[in-house]
Amino acid sequence: MLDGLFAPFVEFAFMRRALAGILALAFSGAPLGVLLMLRRMSLTGDGLSHAILPGTAIAYAVFGLSLWHMTLGGFLAGGAIMLLAGVMARTTMLKEDATLASFYLISLALGVMIVSLRGSNVDLMHFLFGSVLALDDATLLLVAGIASITLVSLALLWRPLVLDGLDPGFLRTVSRTGTPAYFGFMILLVLNLVAGFHALGTLLAVGFLVLPAVTARFWARDLSAMVLIAGIIAFSGGLAGLLLSYHASVPTGPALILALGLIFAASVLFGPVGSVLATHRAGRHRTG
Amino acid sequence: MLGTATDHGAASAIILDDLTLGYDRHPAVHHLSGRIEPGALLAVVGPNGAGKSTLIKGLIGELKPLGGRISGALAGPGRRQVRLAYVPQKDGIDLTYPVSVFDLVAMGLWERRGLFGAFGRSDTRAVAQALALVGLSGFERRPVGTLSGGQLQRALFARVSLQDAPVILLDEPFSAIDNATVDDLMTVIGGWHREGRTVVAVLHDLALVRGHFPQTLLMARQVIGWGPTAQVLTPENLARSRAMTEAFDETAPFCEVSPEGGHAHTHDHAHDNGHDHGDAAAATGSPAGQAKTHPHA
Repeated sequence: MLDGLFAPFVEFAFMRRALAGILALAFSGAPLGVLLMLRRMSLTGDGLSHAILPGTAIAYAVFGLSLWHMTLGGFLAGGAIMLLAGVMARTTMLKEDATLASFYLISLALGVMIVSLRGSNVDLMHFLFGSVLALDDATLLLVAGIASITLVSLALLWRPLVLDGLDPGFLRTVSRTGTPAYFGFMILLVLNLVAGFHALGTLLAVGFLVLPAVTARFWARDLSAMVLIAGIIAFSGGLAGLLLSYHASVPTGPALILALGLIFAASVLFGPVGSVLATHRAGRHRTG
Repeated sequence: MLGTATDHGAASAIILDDLTLGYDRHPAVHHLSGRIEPGALLAVVGPNGAGKSTLIKGLIGELKPLGGRISGALAGPGRRQVRLAYVPQKDGIDLTYPVSVFDLVAMGLWERRGLFGAFGRSDTRAVAQALALVGLSGFERRPVGTLSGGQLQRALFARVSLQDAPVILLDEPFSAIDNATVDDLMTVIGGWHREGRTVVAVLHDLALVRGHFPQTLLMARQVIGWGPTAQVLTPENLARSRAMTEAFDETAPFCEVSPEGGHAHTHDHAHDNGHDHGDAAAATGSPAGQAKTHPHA
């Protein structure tokens, strides 16, 4: 049993690299995911993750499977769609979610089209679902680098980011950091989605941000605890998914997300805060 | 914990000079002029849609004037002379956030701690003192989502106390609040007044205003009366303020101010008799006009 837990990582370097990548993604994505959820922007994250696809696809069509070109392409495309959706929401009658939804659907179709024209179905699967078991050293460095940038930046932006969601009217009267902090947050979000893209592909990258955060809601009443728990959940789900994929020979990306899905389902039912069990438990009440 | 307001140079008045504020070019506050003296305790009264919250938004600099200007203590955002503390209407706060009462109240220390400043033992004490002032001792660890309406309002007053600002703006602080809480919080407001701070509060309870506020601004888009409360809250003035309609008129002509500074309106009405710009929209029930009535809660 224990052998099944450790042997894959002792034996195979690609498993160790996958685990390291997941560790970085888990703890860099957790605070972003929690902030996304609290700001009711979980679906915005989903939209943005699809929006990076045409950028990576065009880079791939021109430069082939080049890590740096695809990363830059994805970052630029994600940033451009984010700005475009924001500008359109302010200058037309559409709301931001509607513009983002329109843009990401177009982006997804465009990206799939470009990749299919240039490459094979195997390449397309790599774009859509990632290849966490094929992380080379350069990709791993990139993912770890983005995670480090994320954690340092969040340490700087944390107070205004939380205040801007909790009580924006108050923040505006004491400080003008709300808007820059928000844009910093969105840039970090795109960076993490690009990092997640290399491991989990465009369809699943956001799952690693959103699922652990939503699950952590059922385990903590306090923001800092929620972030920490989200990171632990993300890493545990990732570990379980890797092992499942190794032993049962199933695709890794979907296995990771499904493992997170199982933790989510269990938490919805039995978590200590606001779960089905916690809300319907007809326990004894206190006197005051 | 609480220094006197004069330490912060609240000596200058807040001067409103022909101030017009509004949304989408429609005035919600129309040609308002007057002075709020330092240390004043001023109630802002008027029917819904009278522009009271809009005036507060203008004072905190969130809304740029369509015309006229604010000078003195609260002149434009970059030139503000004194710090201000502001209690927004409660629906501006997202109570689903997993933060505690301590976190919420400690936000009042922002200007002293900023982005990164660490919280020390003296800050913890200051938060506890502020909570005691509003009758919430021992509530530090409670999640904000579990507070009642009155408790939340007490917590927001504690936050204002921590801000230690010479100018305090309260936007409908007592809506849906029980009498005991109102009494307690009025005592807190009285304390701020004695410390020499300027307090401006938007209120609906006229008995409360008559009992506690020496100065009143009665408005219905423009000033109906501004001065000692007893002279402002007369039956005639109140009847005039109620005659105002809320709707904007989408086809209202532009209000023009001639270069000499006098008003040369393109539509004929006297400016001092409670005119409204919305009768056409109200009469036809124009949905566009109605929808614009409350652009911001």
